[in-house]
Amino acid sequence: MRVALFLTCVNDTLYPDTGRAVVKLLTRLGVEVDFPMAQTCCGQAHYNTGYRHEAEPLARQFSDVFRDYEAIVVPSGSCAAMVRELYPRLGERARAEGRGDALAEQLAPVVPKTYELTEFLVDVLGVTDVGAYYPHTVTYHPTCHGLRSLRLGDRPRQLLSAVRGLELVELPGAEECCGFGGTFAVKNSDVSAAMGADKVRNAASTGADVLCAADNSCLMHIGGTMARLGTSARPARAVHIAEILASTEEEALA
Amino acid sequence: MTGTFVGMPAFPSAARKALSNETLRGNLRYATHTIRAKRAGAVSELDDWAALREAGREIKDQALRHLDRYLLQMEEAVTAAGGVVHWAADADEANRIVTGLVKATGESDVVKVKSMATQEIGLNEALEAEGIHAYETDLAELIVQLGKDRPSHILVPAIHRNRGEIRDIFTREMSEWGRPAPEGLSDTPAQLAEAARLHLREKFLRAKVGISGANFMVAETGTLVVFESEGNGRMCLTLPETLISVVGIEKLVPTWRDMEVFLQTLPRSSTAERMNPYTSMWTGTRDDDGPRTFHLVLLDNGRTDTLADRVGRQALRCIRCSACLNVCPVYERAGGHAYGSVYPGPIGAILSPQLRGTASEIDASLPYASSLCGACYEVCPVAIDIPEVLVHLRERVVEGGPVVRQGAKVTLRPARGHAAERAAMRAARWAFSHPGALRAGQRLASGARRLTPRTLPGPGRAWTATRDLPALPPEPFREWWRRTRQQEAGRPAPADRGEDQQ
Ligand code: SF4
Repeated sequence: MRVALFLTCVNDTLYPDTGRAVVKLLTRLGVEVDFPMAQTCCGQAHYNTGYRHEAEPLARQFSDVFRDYEAIVVPSGSCAAMVRELYPRLGERARAEGRGDALAEQLAPVVPKTYELTEFLVDVLGVTDVGAYYPHTVTYHPTCHGLRSLRLGDRPRQLLSAVRGLELVELPGAEECCGFGGTFAVKNSDVSAAMGADKVRNAASTGADVLCAADNSCLMHIGGTMARLGTSARPARAVHIAEILASTEEEALA
Repeated sequence: MTGTFVGMPAFPSAARKALSNETLRGNLRYATHTIRAKRAGAVSELDDWAALREAGREIKDQALRHLDRYLLQMEEAVTAAGGVVHWAADADEANRIVTGLVKATGESDVVKVKSMATQEIGLNEALEAEGIHAYETDLAELIVQLGKDRPSHILVPAIHRNRGEIRDIFTREMSEWGRPAPEGLSDTPAQLAEAARLHLREKFLRAKVGISGANFMVAETGTLVVFESEGNGRMCLTLPETLISVVGIEKLVPTWRDMEVFLQTLPRSSTAERMNPYTSMWTGTRDDDGPRTFHLVLLDNGRTDTLADRVGRQALRCIRCSACLNVCPVYERAGGHAYGSVYPGPIGAILSPQLRGTASEIDASLPYASSLCGACYEVCPVAIDIPEVLVHLRERVVEGGPVVRQGAKVTLRPARGHAAERAAMRAARWAFSHPGALRAGQRLASGARRLTPRTLPGPGRAWTATRDLPALPPEPFREWWRRTRQQEAGRPAPADRGEDQQ
């Protein structure tokens, strides 16, 4: 299977550990992973802030870079949702504006082949036990796009439950947004911070060591809030689910 | 005497004020979480909820698609039933019509119920200017009116008040407007309700003119429908001699049968009840019962313009159940007043900038009053994709574009204050279109990572005020990939190929 990793611009620049974890995990599961170097950004931040016309060239570029792969794996619910849910919409809007079918046709090939990581593991590879070992108490935050756009359901929980040594504890108010929301975090920073603080409080009430999610953008906001609250705060860390699933007894991560 | 929303500051600053008010936050959190949980229970009882939601969406879409035809049908049916129909293009015209109708009766007091449309147009203030006192009779509206306050929720306009505050308002204000609050009034719900009942009963029995809104209008029969919990609406609709209903044109449904769907979805979505306590329906006039004169004022006020927008028009499907408010994490923290309109919360964030345009500071800021979490779309009983419309309106704010205003096509210019953001978005897009440039930028950042400050200047300060920045890694992923693949293959990586093809 020829699988491409779309790491996302945020992970590439700020969270390379997540990328290394995905490569390690997929390789362990017998998947041959490629990282096409011409990849950059799916255009989500542009699109969601209202710059649809700036997002279009990035969507076209994404499609050109990834169209020949059998599957595109994305360790980010929101970037996967951008491709799957919003690329078709970009095409529709161009059509409605009298620009014809060109954009829709150019973007169509990548849409059904793009998978969020946990979705790829459970639906495409058909595994829930990925052979991981992670001896910590973990609480899981389902991010909004994973939850409501991609409908990941309990796939991430299935994967986490099969990790040896891991104790999964329920997060109160799990389905509430953490308050990141891309540029929302800056444009409405007071509301965003209040939402983040509540998320951290809820996570702390579980007594978990680690809060995990499938999207580093949300983790950047939650983790940044935790860090500001001090080192004694629990959970002490915000970790991407890929890093937990990649972790083994021989090579424990974090 | 109700305060108006004119000249509100932009959403972020209004929200900041609300956030610092602990009582308000507590009241809101408690109320929204309670209704939220109850709604989920009431909805889960119906195993055909998804089908009902779809049916509701289709009925409203069908009605909106042929609104011109159904409105004429409505006018004909109302006229045939003995009512009089008036058409109001905007707030001023509607206020003029209603004020004229009340004056013609020679009365100076009116009772009101269930009408967000009249709040949207500022009818109470217009009546006051002509010496006519309008009394709100819905319990929550009464609290808002007596408190010289503004509504902050679609269904529970006084949701931001707790019982203690309500007791104080009643004790202080009721005597100004009629029967005073009983001596030693406590803050138990029963006593508060009794005080309101006694106060309002005098108004009901005396009023000769009633003003109402409606949840639905049925084109086929010319019937208006109000859903309510307290029975005050029924008093307003039946006791006065003259009834004036002011209704937004989007409230129309084609047939009587269509009510079947909304009778199930509206109560469950709004108050989490299987059926609401009072559903009143009225069709024209009768000689032996109810008002002798009935006027229907059909209000446009930006609705036809909204209908012209392919993406935005779905906001007109709204049945004002308020489910989206009760699940919205932003509404929960910012409070209803921050939205600067009688329509707060997620639906307000897409409705107000369409009905009023995006020219004012508050209206241009509303499309950003969301993290796009999608909870509102998920609960909406008529499946309005609120996040989609929010993004669409953001585009209108930052890029401008064609819109319809008062029936004429105009091209909006981008709103002011977005120049720096637009430049940053363009620069980012340019870098992302040139992977080589992106790589150079990443290397530069990694090299300088020890210089990364804890607090950022400019707009970044909004981030670092409450959150740490992530530490920059020594090496971005693509460097690692290139390096390790190179080692593995024992040859130069193929990576540079095609990297800068644009
Ligand atoms: S937008 Fe939907 S959920 Fe919100 S008030 Fe309207 S009908 Fe209810």
